[in-house]
Amino acid sequence: MATVTIDKAAPTRKVKYGSMSRDRTWALRWSYFFLVIFAIFSLTPPIYMLITSLKSSAEISAATNPWWVFHPTLENYVGLLTSNQFLRFFWNSAIVSIFVVTITMLISVPAAFALARMRFWGSAVLATGVFLTYLIPETLLFIPLFKMFAVIGDWTGIQLINKWYVLLILYPTLTVPFCTWIMIGYFASIPKELDEAAIIDGASWIQTLTRIFIPVAFPGIIAATIFAFTVSWAQFLYPLVFTTSTDQLVMPVGIITTLIKGDVFNWGQIMTGALLGAAPPLIIYAFLMDYYIAGLTAGATKG
Amino acid sequence: MADVALQSNRAAQAARKRGSLHRMLKRKSTVAFLMTLPLILLIATLVIYPAFYALHLATLNKSMQRFVGLSNFEFLFRRETFWLVVKQSCIFAITAVIFKAVLGFIIAHFVHNIPAKGQRKWRGMLLVPWVIPPAMSTLAWLWLFDPSYSAFNYTLSFFGIGPIPWTGDAMWARFSVILVNIWVGAPFFMIMYLAALKSVPEQLYEAAAIDGANWWQRIWYVTLPMMRNIIAITTLFSLIVTFANFDIVRILTAGGPLDHTHIFATWAFRIGIEGSDIPLGASVSLFMVPILAVAAIFILRDVNKRGNES
Amino acid sequence: MADVTLRKVVKRYDEVEAVRGIDLDIADHEFVVLVGPSGCGKSTTLRMIAGLEDISDGDIMIGGDVVNDVPPKDRDIAMVFQNYALYPHMTVAENMSFGLRLKRYPKAEIKSRIDEAARMLDIVELVDRKPKQLSGGQRQRVAMGRAIVRNPKVFLFDEPLSNLDAKLRVQMRIEIKKVHQKVRTTTVYVTHDQVEAMTLADRVVVMNHGRIEQIGTPNELYHKPATKFVASFIGSPAMNFIPCRLEDIAGKLHVRLTDRLAFPLPLARAVRYQNIPRTEKLLLGLRPEHVTEAKPHPQPGVETFDTVLDVTEPMGMETLIYFTMEGSQVCGRVNPNADAHDGAPLRLAVDLNNMHLLNEVTGVVL
Repeated sequence: MATVTIDKAAPTRKVKYGSMSRDRTWALRWSYFFLVIFAIFSLTPPIYMLITSLKSSAEISAATNPWWVFHPTLENYVGLLTSNQFLRFFWNSAIVSIFVVTITMLISVPAAFALARMRFWGSAVLATGVFLTYLIPETLLFIPLFKMFAVIGDWTGIQLINKWYVLLILYPTLTVPFCTWIMIGYFASIPKELDEAAIIDGASWIQTLTRIFIPVAFPGIIAATIFAFTVSWAQFLYPLVFTTSTDQLVMPVGIITTLIKGDVFNWGQIMTGALLGAAPPLIIYAFLMDYYIAGLTAGATKG
Repeated sequence: MADVALQSNRAAQAARKRGSLHRMLKRKSTVAFLMTLPLILLIATLVIYPAFYALHLATLNKSMQRFVGLSNFEFLFRRETFWLVVKQSCIFAITAVIFKAVLGFIIAHFVHNIPAKGQRKWRGMLLVPWVIPPAMSTLAWLWLFDPSYSAFNYTLSFFGIGPIPWTGDAMWARFSVILVNIWVGAPFFMIMYLAALKSVPEQLYEAAAIDGANWWQRIWYVTLPMMRNIIAITTLFSLIVTFANFDIVRILTAGGPLDHTHIFATWAFRIGIEGSDIPLGASVSLFMVPILAVAAIFILRDVNKRGNES
Repeated sequence: MADVTLRKVVKRYDEVEAVRGIDLDIADHEFVVLVGPSGCGKSTTLRMIAGLEDISDGDIMIGGDVVNDVPPKDRDIAMVFQNYALYPHMTVAENMSFGLRLKRYPKAEIKSRIDEAARMLDIVELVDRKPKQLSGGQRQRVAMGRAIVRNPKVFLFDEPLSNLDAKLRVQMRIEIKKVHQKVRTTTVYVTHDQVEAMTLADRVVVMNHGRIEQIGTPNELYHKPATKFVASFIGSPAMNFIPCRLEDIAGKLHVRLTDRLAFPLPLARAVRYQNIPRTEKLLLGLRPEHVTEAKPHPQPGVETFDTVLDVTEPMGMETLIYFTMEGSQVCGRVNPNADAHDGAPLRLAVDLNNMHLLNEVTGVVL
């Protein structure tokens, strides 16, 4: 009995398809061949970032083989990591992302719970509305929002434009709808009996959420958090429009506006900055890939 | 159904007249409303209001002091650049989405083909373009496309090709922008298709194989019909995102050369923010609404259909 | 501990009435089973007692107090769900103590209650495991443990055994009965399985289409069903119904089944059915155990006849036989040694002392 199960776990394709094993071998070879090509296509830009980041300006302008580092140096990394300006960008990005993730989860988790479980008047319409909001791109709203904040500044004297914290108001419009949507999916997949058991055990709605739903849907919470973080970290349009002073900039805009000075491109530093800017999402992805992918597919599959 | 039950409950409770403030605060619908209130406020003030504010802005003159009706739109219709942008936006979105969808489907199939053990590793590598912030990865592409130091041209020169003006010539610049967009977006399709492929029951393929279907027929008669819904939704999603794209074009070409890669978002930014003509910029961005609305309606229909099926 | 009373309880969804006016008195310590086909309103009734569904009309009382507007947590009830509804992120002990912890019971008290319940259910060594690590039967025990530690006025069971395989179901059935004998808590138990209902209940409530068909002890329901529905729902294999009418032959009341077949009624039955019009369309209800092979010695009230069997099903301790009479299939139970074979003729005996006579139109047992 035990041997049979072990046999099943091992690659038994050959046994299963018998005479087709030759075809399968060829199909596999072709698959690997194309996967290698696609992987090269996918990884060329990031690898090229890394290659360039290890070169000195002299080597870059010497027009030697661009795909190889002849005199590796860390001078670009040292230069950026000791530059107050660059550290400021990194710090701004980190602060903005952490705050936005917190705000997003505080808004979307209770809302998703209410929409998934506490059917009330208009809840179905609201759930659809959340989904539609997620479909509205930021490129549609940045102009009216810019004008809105300018007007608010004129009326109240509260200066929001060109302050990093304006991003704390703007980013949730991108993160909250999607996070709410995927949390609705995760919460809806929890059996109804579980909250009924909690209610009979004497839990209030809030207690049901905090002590049952959040722990049970924890993978969803992680997926939503990752999403909110990567969106806030990567956002480019809003900071480009709403912040201009160098001390208020976040990573993507900071790198592009300060390292590109007129026509002088310091490519070594730009690639280093880009790589450092890409690092946090990549690191999170490397460690939490399954949650990342779950969140990605949940949005559309958990409709 | 639950709603109705709730309403009758509410009616009954009202009839019994035991409602005090304390009771009301403990009531399910009140709690639920309070829990969704931040969400409602956020959507109302930062999404719905600005959307209508854009409509208002589009009817003002450049200094935003006078109502000019539809003359901003009339002005746009008379400008050649506007029609160029319309054309480019459509070409950009449609071409990129088709290639992303096809490429994603092919890659997903190859990943699905190899033994399950190695799939994770490949999937992990192939999704990297989607994970890197597009603004950062586009910088790498910009450097790969550099007019004088292009690593691509260096490589192609060994085959006697080039140098190719990747971002300097109108047609090549359009090609480059679309290429980068495909590079960023294809992994997303791959992941979605892969999830869908995994959900097709193995017995269906076995049944098809017994019925004598060849490899191609299995894809055509089993895989595609089973994945139709996910293909539709992913494509529509991508259509919206691609149509409204900003980062890639802005960083790679900034709309150049001579406005030949501008799409709605980048042109609206150029006019509205850089050119300080907010009403005209708002008018430009509003042209994205119809196509987005159509895509959204189709997505919603599909999502609801899926909801009803389950 | 307390009694539960339902007064004209109604549940309406939209225009559909799921429960159409239920009156039910459940005494303290009693074990009552609600049984019926799916969609008969039994689960809805239980959920209204629990407070998980609002009552559209009528009153529910627990321990003498009307609880219509009392939220579930204040009704002092505990419920065991069909799919156990164990909190997957908590250990067995945490699952069982969740309600007590919410009510801020002292730690020592919680611990002693868990220990007691775990001992009673024989799950002492499982208390630190997560639900995922448990088998179906163990999860079922934990779900019951969660109800027991609360020491509530009423236990509510919603089809608790239907996710278990047949063998385990029998075992857990006995387990539930044992627990009830120990704790003596008033229990309302919902199931669609009539065997479960018969074996567990002090009293069984048979429901159909949102109404109560009959309330009674298992024996009452089996031997004195009030309607055709109850008669056919209780018992397996189900009661046979053969179209018939009454006829006076030579001054004796007979029940006529076919043109050639009529049985004289035993005296007690003849008296009971005397006033039924002879033209009325009736059904003769006979349980399979009252259709057996003919014995050599005639007994009063037992009539014999010849038939040809369609199918036989040897069960070991008995053989089920099927034959056709007036277009309806009839099932009987014969001794495994009887000469019963597929397609073979056999002389059978019907025990009319245990017959039922039903009105074919209304389904009422006469």
